[in-house]
Amino acid sequence: MISMTPRKDISLQRTLVTPVVSIMMTLCVGAIIFAVLGYDPLASLYQFFIAPLSRPDQVADLFVKACPLIITATGLVFCYRANVWNIGAEGQIVMGAVCAGGVALFVPGLPDMLLMPAMILAAMVGGMAWALIPGVLKVRFNTNEILVSLMLTYVAALFIDWLVRGPWRDPQSFGFPLTKSYDEAALIQRVDVPGIGTLGQLHWGVVAALVLAFVASFVISRTLFGFQVKVMGDAPRAGAFSGFSAARTTIGVLCISGACAGVAGMVEVSANMGQLQPEVSFGYGFTAIIVAFLARLNPLGVIAAGLVIALAELGGDSAQMALGMPKVVTGVFKGILLFMLLAGETFNRFQLRISWPAFNRAPAARGR
Amino acid sequence: MDALVLTVILTSVPLILAATGELIAEKTGVLNLGVEGMMLMGAVAAFAVTSLSGNPYFGIVAAACAGGITAGVFAIFALGLATNQVATGLALTIFGAGLSGLIGAPYVGGTIDGLAVVAIPFLSDLPVLGGLFFKLDLLAYFSILMLGLVGFFLNNTRAGLILRAVGNNHDSAHALGYSVLRVRCGAVIFGGVMAGLAGAYLPLVLTPHWSEGMTAGRGWIALALVVFASWMPSRILIGALLFGGITIMQLVGQARGWEMPSQFLSMLPYLATIAVLVLISRNRNFALMRAPAHLGRIFIGTK
Repeated sequence: MISMTPRKDISLQRTLVTPVVSIMMTLCVGAIIFAVLGYDPLASLYQFFIAPLSRPDQVADLFVKACPLIITATGLVFCYRANVWNIGAEGQIVMGAVCAGGVALFVPGLPDMLLMPAMILAAMVGGMAWALIPGVLKVRFNTNEILVSLMLTYVAALFIDWLVRGPWRDPQSFGFPLTKSYDEAALIQRVDVPGIGTLGQLHWGVVAALVLAFVASFVISRTLFGFQVKVMGDAPRAGAFSGFSAARTTIGVLCISGACAGVAGMVEVSANMGQLQPEVSFGYGFTAIIVAFLARLNPLGVIAAGLVIALAELGGDSAQMALGMPKVVTGVFKGILLFMLLAGETFNRFQLRISWPAFNRAPAARGR
Repeated sequence: MDALVLTVILTSVPLILAATGELIAEKTGVLNLGVEGMMLMGAVAAFAVTSLSGNPYFGIVAAACAGGITAGVFAIFALGLATNQVATGLALTIFGAGLSGLIGAPYVGGTIDGLAVVAIPFLSDLPVLGGLFFKLDLLAYFSILMLGLVGFFLNNTRAGLILRAVGNNHDSAHALGYSVLRVRCGAVIFGGVMAGLAGAYLPLVLTPHWSEGMTAGRGWIALALVVFASWMPSRILIGALLFGGITIMQLVGQARGWEMPSQFLSMLPYLATIAVLVLISRNRNFALMRAPAHLGRIFIGTK
């Protein structure tokens, strides 16, 4: 029988070691699964985690890959801290991209200076609106936000598919489901360091993502709203007695995470694609959930966690090219990692003692 | 028209199977959000074994095992290590989607012979009804049988009473001497087996091929179906047929040449799920009356 005793205090050391141990456990389990399925485990792990970083410009690309994950996960941290389970960030990313795309493609005569701010605003509104649906339904009708936000992800995917194949399709796209290319002013530029030049694909959105994580960290640890989020998540009754509104917290965190996801979608399109296509987010919304957990729901941790997960994503590409593995194999790693992180959390919070009933038959005093 | 009704029935079978399994798990207080992942594992196992052995019944057995084992992983973490059930379920879905894609990669593009129709003697000769309800495959009959058995088990047996007690108040059940974790573990694995069978139905009956993520959200709809049914087995049947009907609206629309773009018709099942959740959850008392009181709560045994 496993018995668990809550620990009185959790040391900082333990908090920092858990994610590292989880990652190592994931690598071990991943290697075993590769071996069972007939792939060379060491070569696979090499392709996954070393090969993507063999050139300096690839390190910059790692940040580019991590960018949408960091932005989205930063928003999700607020939700999960408040115990609101928004798992539909994928749909919110898509709607952010759609709204920003609408501004970029169809608002004529906007001065170049204003175009980018208008697009960011539109993306925030789009993502927020999509996240508010489960929020309002939960507050008003007590529906389950998990199921509603997930269902809306499918709806958003079908919606953008319709747009780019139907009304928004570029007549000159030779039948491809693509919109017109964005104007120069609607694109996010590469970072150009004086004297060095551009670093791979590194763009200004990455810089914005890092700034966002720092701002979020400040909000969560130093403001009343951040305190409210934490209290309503950890002890909703205590929060209610001290005057915080559960409904307002739910709506607030969903607005934040929806706006973040929307911006992530806009950045992804403006920096990497330059036009809308049927798929603008490749599961970033779901991957960001794991990033948030790997970061232990800490916005600064999100940066490191985003980079780790982005490495696995790039590794999936390299393993696909070098070993012919299907792209979804990254999902195996992500799933195992989330399992290991959750288990790590348990080892952190509880002292586990395993005793085999057969060995201690003696009527030991069983304190409750 | 007959063909249409038959399609509705066939579309609803995997929903019935998965929702019945999840209902039992939720009745013991465990919210397993990994249904989608378990279904995918069942689907790939069924396809792989059927195409290797040529016998779809081996595929069914393999799917049941795959679903059960996948659910076992959930049980180890969510029950054994008392991890957060929502996050663990998500992990299971992500893991199942990835692993099923990896296992199924060599089988993409292949086809298999689906499950044979087993006509029930005499009854299948009935006009209209015979063709619709008594000329189905074994899994379809099995889904209805299990639904009935689960309903009977929950309401009329001692074991069913214990199961519900664990879900309604695990501390009381524990104090009475029932092993909360053992009951929950059994229920979760049963849910996994049923989800595996639901997954098997996709390649064996609905579309005789394998593709990544072929469940397309059916696992999540099954989860919503349990809420829709307000944890009553009889209502699962109604809900599943309703969703089956909405899902095939797309086919009807195409056949009739409706003006509406196909994407909007494809949205219908998801939008309907939201609408149904709102209708069911709107009345707090109605929704909570039958919900297991300790659904999603973590139990830490003191022993």
